[in-house]
Amino acid sequence: MSRDTALVSAEWAEQNLETPGLVFVEVDEDTTAYDGGHIPGAIKIDWKQDLQDPVRRDFVNKEQFSALLSERGISNDDTVILYGGNNNWFAAYAYWYFKLYGHEQVRLLDGGRKKWELDARPYTKDIPVRTKTVYNAKEPNLEIRAFRDEVVQAIGVKNLVDVRSPDEFAGRLLAPAHLPQEQSQRAGHIPTAISVPWSKAANEDGTFKSDEELAKIYGEAGLDGSKDTIAYCRIGERSSHTWFVLKELLGQENVKNYDGSWTEYGSLIGVPIALGDEPGKA
Amino acid sequence: MTSPTANVAAGCAAPDQSAPLPSSVDLAKETVITGLVRNAEGEAVGGAYVRLLDGSGEFTAEVVSSPEGVFRFFAAPGSWTVRALSRHGNGELAVDVTRGVNEIALTVANA
Repeated sequence: MSRDTALVSAEWAEQNLETPGLVFVEVDEDTTAYDGGHIPGAIKIDWKQDLQDPVRRDFVNKEQFSALLSERGISNDDTVILYGGNNNWFAAYAYWYFKLYGHEQVRLLDGGRKKWELDARPYTKDIPVRTKTVYNAKEPNLEIRAFRDEVVQAIGVKNLVDVRSPDEFAGRLLAPAHLPQEQSQRAGHIPTAISVPWSKAANEDGTFKSDEELAKIYGEAGLDGSKDTIAYCRIGERSSHTWFVLKELLGQENVKNYDGSWTEYGSLIGVPIALGDEPGKA
Repeated sequence: MTSPTANVAAGCAAPDQSAPLPSSVDLAKETVITGLVRNAEGEAVGGAYVRLLDGSGEFTAEVVSSPEGVFRFFAAPGSWTVRALSRHGNGELAVDVTRGVNEIALTVANA
């Protein structure tokens, strides 16, 4: 993968809003942003309502994902262009999700809503009507999804990348600072994880930094290119952003997103936790 | 889990910035940084991207100001920088905060 096959610019997107075979999809946890104005022609996917199982703590299965995309009018051979707020966190999560279920052509809109708005590009409140399709998701590709046991075994062995803010890594905060801090899980990070906040990979306007800058950031942080990598955050959406950088922009092999992330790990009985700004020992 | 507060706490999306503080927020424990974004003319700026940077200048959180220009963070006592980007320009302010509600005013202007 590379920038050319994974990312589109806002300028390109605005020129291609009506190109056949492209489907613009806004993905957010809070879809009131979409309702208040969105990129013309874009449909919405709700991170929680549409992508999480309503009962079990997991995301939707292959059949549910197929039904969702069929209902939204997305075909297997469409090119899906994802964007959203929160610096594309949830759009990156959806990108990872589309890849997990084997969708061939997916792109992220560089900068998401923020770049679009700062550029003063147009929004509409019109909801597009798309004809239903018959979408067939593939079996989930677990080569890009990490589970808890694998994460515990990766301590001191693989690259673990904690992409939360430095204060969350150290255990001084339990959640991103736009949320109340009282949480059930313990504070801290997975021992031996390096701290590379997702935000290091993004410019202030939400666009990704250049490949050269990105390679330097992760190299200097101590990411070992010869090892497999697992990225995590609190609920798996900021780490999707970093997964996207490492796998799709920098083309690293064997990068997984641990979507259970700190809400799961920090609640497990008996697993090791490191406190403070250093990675800690295995 | 149907209360808005529960939904907000479960995920990572920025909650409605103009809403009153949820009653579940314990101000004896939380350090709230809240305020208004205004332009050079003193008018409230909605839709500004307001970010909280920690003592080392690292990104910690970002919210979009409400139509009334309101933003809010849940941080910890100490030194922070609040920075806003908007179509009306940018602005930033260094703050020292303590537990409870800390109100600040942020002005954005074109450089």
